[in-house]
Amino acid sequence: MSELIRNSIRFVLFLLFEVYVLNRVPHLHRFISPSLYFLFILWLPFVVSPRWLLLIAFVTGLTLDYFTQSPGLHASACVLIAFVRPFLITVLMPRDNSDFNYREPSPQSLLWAPYFIYVLILTLLHHGWLVLLEWMSFGSFGDFLIKLIASTAISLLLIITVELLFPRNMRYRTNVGG
Amino acid sequence: MRNVILFIRRYFTFFTFLFLQVLSLWFLYSFNKFHQAQFLQTANELTGKVNGRYKKVENFFALGDENRRVHTLNDSLYNLLSRQYIETDTTRRLVRDTVPSDTLNKYRRYYFRPAAVIYNATSGEKNYIQLDRGAAHGITENMAVLNSDGAAVGVVVNVSPHFAQVMSLLHVRQKVNVALKKTGDFGTLEWDGVDPGLLLLKGLPKSVSVKVGDSVVTSRYSFNFPPGYPVGTVAEIVSDPGTNFFLLKVKPAARFYNLQYVFVVENLQYSEQAQLDEQTRKRIEDPKRNPR
Repeated sequence: MSELIRNSIRFVLFLLFEVYVLNRVPHLHRFISPSLYFLFILWLPFVVSPRWLLLIAFVTGLTLDYFTQSPGLHASACVLIAFVRPFLITVLMPRDNSDFNYREPSPQSLLWAPYFIYVLILTLLHHGWLVLLEWMSFGSFGDFLIKLIASTAISLLLIITVELLFPRNMRYRTNVGG
Repeated sequence: MRNVILFIRRYFTFFTFLFLQVLSLWFLYSFNKFHQAQFLQTANELTGKVNGRYKKVENFFALGDENRRVHTLNDSLYNLLSRQYIETDTTRRLVRDTVPSDTLNKYRRYYFRPAAVIYNATSGEKNYIQLDRGAAHGITENMAVLNSDGAAVGVVVNVSPHFAQVMSLLHVRQKVNVALKKTGDFGTLEWDGVDPGLLLLKGLPKSVSVKVGDSVVTSRYSFNFPPGYPVGTVAEIVSDPGTNFFLLKVKPAARFYNLQYVFVVENLQYSEQAQLDEQTRKRIEDPKRNPR
C-alpha cells in the first residue's frame, strides 16, 4: 500500500471516529473532552517536509472544524503541533542512525520512552491551545488548568490504547538483511 | 533586497506557520459575520451529506422508541390544534360582503414543519444541531425548534439550501424568554456551559413563590417560541441575597442526547413583531427626536 493511500485512509478513519464517536459519547465530566484525531498528524511519515506538514495539519483541523461548526479552532491547534513536530523529532531521534529505516514515528522507531514524551508534549500543546482559545472567550484560569490536565490524561490513555491495539511495524523494505 | 529575500527563504516554514495560524484565528474570531458567507454554506452542504448518511444508519436502531413517542404526540396534538391560532379583536370588525376565508375569525400564528436531526453535539460549550431541512423547504433564521414531545430545543441560526443549523439551548450565547407555568411570571433562560443537565433561569423576581419541581414553559412574550410548550422543571433554587431575583436551575425537558425528529416552528408574524420592536426602540432612544 502506498504512503498516500495509507494516510488518506487514516485521515478519513480518524476524522469519522472523532466526529461520530468521541464527539457523541455522553460527557464523562465537564472538564474532559478527549480527542484522538491529531494522532493522524503525529503518525505522518518522516519524509513529509515541514511545509507540507503545516498544510496537511491545517486541512485536517479545518475539516474537523466544519463538522463541529467552529471554523479555525482545531485548525489553529493542528498547525501549532505540526510546526513543533519536526523539532521534537530531531531531538528525540535515536543517535545511532546507521540502520534507521522506519517510515513514521512509532514506539518501535523512536522507542517507547522518547515516543511517549513526543506524544505527551504534542498532546499537551494541542489541548492547551484549544482550551486556551476557548478560555479566552469565557472561563477562569483554574478551569483552564484542570481541563487541560484532565483532557490530556484521557487523550493519552486513548492514544496508548490505540498504539497497543494497532501495532505498526513500518520498515522500508530493503535488500539489506534485517 | 537580496538579503530580505534570503531571509524570507530561510524562514519560509516559519512564515507558512504564521500565515496558517493567523488564517485559522481569523476564521475563529470573525465567525459571527463569517458564518453568513457562501463559503461555509457549501461546507455545510458537504458535511450535511456525510451526516445524513450516518444518521440513516443510526436511526434504524432507535425506530421503536421514536415510534412510541410520535404516537403519543399525535394523540395529544388533536387536543392542541386550536392553540396555534389567536383570536382577533371582536369589538371592531371590518365587514365584508364576501365570506371570510376563516369563519371563526382566527389567524394562524404558528406553523409547524417536521425535520430530522442529522448532527447533534452536547459535549462543548457552544453546541449546534443540524437539521435536514433548509431554505428550500421554507426554513429561515430565528425559527424555534421543538422536539417530538414538544419540548424546547433551540433556535435556527443559519440555513443553507438543504440544511439548517440550530443553536441548541445548550449554548452559552443562547437566551430564551420563558415563564413559570404556575404563575406565568417570566424570566430569561440561559446556559453557563457547565452542566448539560442544568439550564439557568434568571430574572424571576423573588416575590414569586417557586418550588422545586415547578414546570417552566415557553413564554407568551417570546417572538420565536409558541407559548406554553415545556422547557423543563425547576431543579434547584439559588436565592442570592444581593439581588431581588432568583437564580433557578432548570432541568431541561428535551433530552439533548438522543434527538431524532424535531418540529421547526415558524411564527408567521415574527418579522412584523421584530420590525415594530426595532422601530420603537429607534424612535424612543433616538436622542434627536426626544431631547430630554
